[in-house]
Amino acid sequence: MTKQIHLAAHFPGVNNTTVWSDPAAGSHIEFSSFVKLAQTAERAKFDFFFLAEGLRLREQNGQIYDLDVVGRPDTFTVLAALAAVTDRLGLTGTINSTFNEPYEVARQFASLDHLSAGRAGWNVVTSWDAFTGENFRRGGFLPQEQRYERAKTFLSTALELFDSWRGDEIAADVESGVYLRDPAAGSFAHRDAHFDISGRFSVPRSPQGGPVILQAGDSDEGREFAAAKADAIFARHGTLEAGQAFYADVKGRLAKYGRRHEDLLVLPAATFVLGDTDADAQERADVVRHQQVSGQTAIKLLEQLWNADLSGYDPDGPLPEFDPVVGEHTVARGRASVRSHRDPLATAREWRALAEAKNLSIRELIIQTSGRQNFIGAPATVAEKINELVQADASDGFILVPHVTPGGLDEFADTVVPLLQERGVFRTEYTGTTLREHLGLDGARPGGAA
Amino acid sequence: MGITSTGPHLAVALDGAGWHPAAWRADGARPQDLLSAGYWVDLVREAEAGALDFVTIEDTLGPGGDRDNPSATGTDQVVGHLDSVLVAARVAPLTRRIGIVPTAVVTHTEPFHLSKAIATLDYVSGGRAGVRVRIAWTEDDSRLFGRRDLGAVRLEDAKQPHLRSPLADLFDETADYVEVLRRLWDSWEDDAEIRDAATGRFIDRDKLHYIDFTGKWFSVKGPSITPRPPQGQPPVVSLAHASIPYRLGARQSDVLIVTPFDKTEAINVLDEVRAEQAVAGRADETLHVFGDIVVFLDETTQAARDRKARLDDLAGREFASDTGVFVGTPAELADQVLDLHAAGLSGFRLRPATIPHDLRAITRGLVPELRSRGAFRSDYEATTLRGLLGLSRPANRYAA
Repeated sequence: MTKQIHLAAHFPGVNNTTVWSDPAAGSHIEFSSFVKLAQTAERAKFDFFFLAEGLRLREQNGQIYDLDVVGRPDTFTVLAALAAVTDRLGLTGTINSTFNEPYEVARQFASLDHLSAGRAGWNVVTSWDAFTGENFRRGGFLPQEQRYERAKTFLSTALELFDSWRGDEIAADVESGVYLRDPAAGSFAHRDAHFDISGRFSVPRSPQGGPVILQAGDSDEGREFAAAKADAIFARHGTLEAGQAFYADVKGRLAKYGRRHEDLLVLPAATFVLGDTDADAQERADVVRHQQVSGQTAIKLLEQLWNADLSGYDPDGPLPEFDPVVGEHTVARGRASVRSHRDPLATAREWRALAEAKNLSIRELIIQTSGRQNFIGAPATVAEKINELVQADASDGFILVPHVTPGGLDEFADTVVPLLQERGVFRTEYTGTTLREHLGLDGARPGGAA
Repeated sequence: MGITSTGPHLAVALDGAGWHPAAWRADGARPQDLLSAGYWVDLVREAEAGALDFVTIEDTLGPGGDRDNPSATGTDQVVGHLDSVLVAARVAPLTRRIGIVPTAVVTHTEPFHLSKAIATLDYVSGGRAGVRVRIAWTEDDSRLFGRRDLGAVRLEDAKQPHLRSPLADLFDETADYVEVLRRLWDSWEDDAEIRDAATGRFIDRDKLHYIDFTGKWFSVKGPSITPRPPQGQPPVVSLAHASIPYRLGARQSDVLIVTPFDKTEAINVLDEVRAEQAVAGRADETLHVFGDIVVFLDETTQAARDRKARLDDLAGREFASDTGVFVGTPAELADQVLDLHAAGLSGFRLRPATIPHDLRAITRGLVPELRSRGAFRSDYEATTLRGLLGLSRPANRYAA
């Protein structure tokens, strides 16, 4: 059976994928930019809009990192405001489970779901660093092994709160004077190693019964967490084979939780560059890569592997002769990339070999190793590739990450989406009103009144 | 001062179906819509049609309930409500000029989160955000978060400014919390974003500032993740019934809402607030003191009394309130607020007993009445909430 493709629009992030130097680049903080991207996504009948979160400005070598876009709004506030200027588009965002409490996050998401008439979604993430904790009264941090445990209990606690209202308690019967049929509606009590809370939840059951749950972890724990609890999982597997392996793996984990294949969508994040022809797109992609990795950025990204101050090095020159510094201390804080180099010495050996073989400067090496765009080509080529990956079960769709704010999705919406629609693999109109309906999930979370 | 010559500032306090516990049963009420976005958009647009300064949106951590008019059955009053910051954000893009002031509980929440939420509300509203801060002092509230034991908090200690008490601690903590909000709003200078292609720098990092707040209850490093909001400092509002919360307002608020029952009390409260303001070193700054009034408005005094009596019958008790209650005509209310304004209150927050009836009576009755006396603006004369309140955009405390 031909699968229907799911598409989402990621608001460009505070990293070097986002090209702020482009003449078309607009504000990353003015509301008009969020409206523009969300309305483009809705015009193109996308499933949802996605907004990431970061709770401490990144630092490198002890200074606030200044080469990428810096600054972002509050996730909940922007999503609630976007609900006013969109009708159908899902509104999803990242909210951290380490520096929040379940009661507050649950009331915010239940409120967002009401205010958007059933379009809310929550990407549950965890943090571990004391660096971010310095911005919070709870402070501190979690040992890495407790991250998922807290995230899991945080989410299950929030779900209990959503379920504390069944949805049929409010009578609001003016004649009889009964507003609430059940005087104990919303009562809950939850106790585990992380949370000991009780009382009454303030927000009656929302249209979807709670937000759609998204999860982004790629580790074994992350996959298991998604299989148990999530409605969609983000991934970063761009190729057919890697995508298929990931897809089969996470879908295979669903059965033990009593869930069906279609209960969890696999939605990798993907970048793209379009052109009039494939060759034109390749040329444009090369220009974008050089915009994304300036000489200064190349040095900063190399520092994250080398874990040392390389400011004296020439980005157009060769790699440092010394090896990466391995240790607890890291030059870059407030982001995951340092930790993502799990074996810096081995990676450095690979990079040296590659640089030597192709005679690459630091900048050219970083451009080659730090990830080309996922989809490059003429609209027909990109549409074909996206459809091929979905039909081959490498994914259920993609979360598209434009590299220019806020107009970076326009071309895709105008040229690729119509081709997918012509093929009959992408909706031409919304058939439902809630995000769960867009994603092909049951109309509402279980637990509500029949 | 311009404020006196142009008459009082006016705000309305939005809460569910209105402030009377039987308001949801009144004519025109929409008790099925209280959790829908359209309801709140309609209310704020109505307030905007009257060119009011701002609306406040009530909020509590728990499901709420009327302390002054407790329900006997637990089934005959509105229970449950939405997060007011998100309601404000949902309404903001659909309104143009009115200030929007959600309520935020500070006792169990993170100042870093609230600071960026209000900064973001300021962006999405184009400079019309404010925030009303409040404490959550009950054990029921504490159990929702399960992180703190506040000790034996007694509301009556609010009258004892010289007594060290758990309640006094909660208000001192709130002052610290507002200090953190304000520092975070200033933690980016206005021109920190430079997009300098020549050097590859998006920001001038020297214009971002660690706030390095360390207090008795928490520490916050900063800077904010959100750039300085359009107003620089969105107005901070607080409600006060006694000395300790007066002191909070004197230290940290731009608008302090007080709850006198008559003119004599209003004058006494004003004296106390102004004295605390001087102690706080803010004697030269504008601190608006608003009077809070519950209003039942009709074309005749008798009609208003009759309507209130019917609502009281439905509720099964006589309406009680923590602040003054006005029952009468818009013209009589105009007399009263102008009298209190002359006594020194710079504005009023009116709590409509029922919605939409009493809200409309404010915007379509009281407002025209005040205008006819030259005591209220005929249209908006500023684009930001600070502007409406006569507050200039403040310099950044960290700017060199």
